[in-house]
Amino acid sequence: MAFDYDKWIRPGKLPHIWCPGCGHGIVMKGLIRAMDTLNLKKEETAVVSGIGCASRLPGYIDCCTLHTAHGRAAAFATGVKMAKPEMNVILVGGDGDGTAIGGNHFIHACRRNINMTYIIMNNYIYGMTGGQFSPCTPTGHKASTTPYGNPDPGFDIAKLAIGAGATFVARGTAFHANQIDKLIAEAIQHKGFSVVEILDDCPTTYGRRNKYKSVIEMMNRLKDVAVPVKAAEKMTAEQLQGKVLTGVLYKDETKPEYTAEYAKVIERAQAAK
Amino acid sequence: MEKKLPKIEIIEKYCKGCHICVEFCPKDVLEMKGFYASVKNLEACISCMQCELRCPDFAIKVITE
Repeated sequence: MAFDYDKWIRPGKLPHIWCPGCGHGIVMKGLIRAMDTLNLKKEETAVVSGIGCASRLPGYIDCCTLHTAHGRAAAFATGVKMAKPEMNVILVGGDGDGTAIGGNHFIHACRRNINMTYIIMNNYIYGMTGGQFSPCTPTGHKASTTPYGNPDPGFDIAKLAIGAGATFVARGTAFHANQIDKLIAEAIQHKGFSVVEILDDCPTTYGRRNKYKSVIEMMNRLKDVAVPVKAAEKMTAEQLQGKVLTGVLYKDETKPEYTAEYAKVIERAQAAK
Repeated sequence: MEKKLPKIEIIEKYCKGCHICVEFCPKDVLEMKGFYASVKNLEACISCMQCELRCPDFAIKVITE
């Protein structure tokens, strides 16, 4: 049976603004399926975003949503979670919003291990503002501000999140659409800060400049570079050259969660009176 | 036993003509007709839902019983 997305979409909001072939729509579908399988209540779910193409997502979803300042999604979401710890807080954003402009907020949310889920749609570029290079643009690739190739090496968002202290880190791609909802559902259920990086395609500002002839070519690239974690165990370092691991990359359930720890601080402070 | 065919609904108002559904259909059921995707060969459809899963624009529904 066809999945009924309409019950999670604000009436009259479709068609969305994303370009033809943009993977953000696929990720949004995955998020909706994940929220639906977990039976989340609309009044107890908050989707928070910053600025950017990917950050337009909360505008379409029919639950509590917050569209905030550029890169500050994690800061606003922390506020929501601290005020109402019973809420399911989901952050969405792009790679530029999350790791450059909001890089500091991102690593500190990871460090705190606050119970939220961050979905980063990594399309390797700043799409909305005109195709400037982002910290995830691979070395040598072209953007509007690096017409002769980007000299910087790109971030590995998953490794950055693990290093900063996130307790659940997963990676998927827009091509592997049926995996997205499972990764997001597992991330939402995890008690602690969870990061789900979804490799995405931007045919308009990234594909065009980097000799991808079509959306299909970009999707096929995602299909080729992705290697599931289990399959990678049997592969040699040479075979893994240029590949990207997908699936659940890191999970730690022992680290204390921030809102629970903060409740203990309040208890101690009140007892000391 | 006769195979039960699904109903493939394409909402042209939402379709942006990105070709994803047509290219990744394993049974070559869909085609581009002008700007929009349309059903070419419904008999071949195996209801794998790949087109519905991958459509970024919420434009395809595969309705099975």
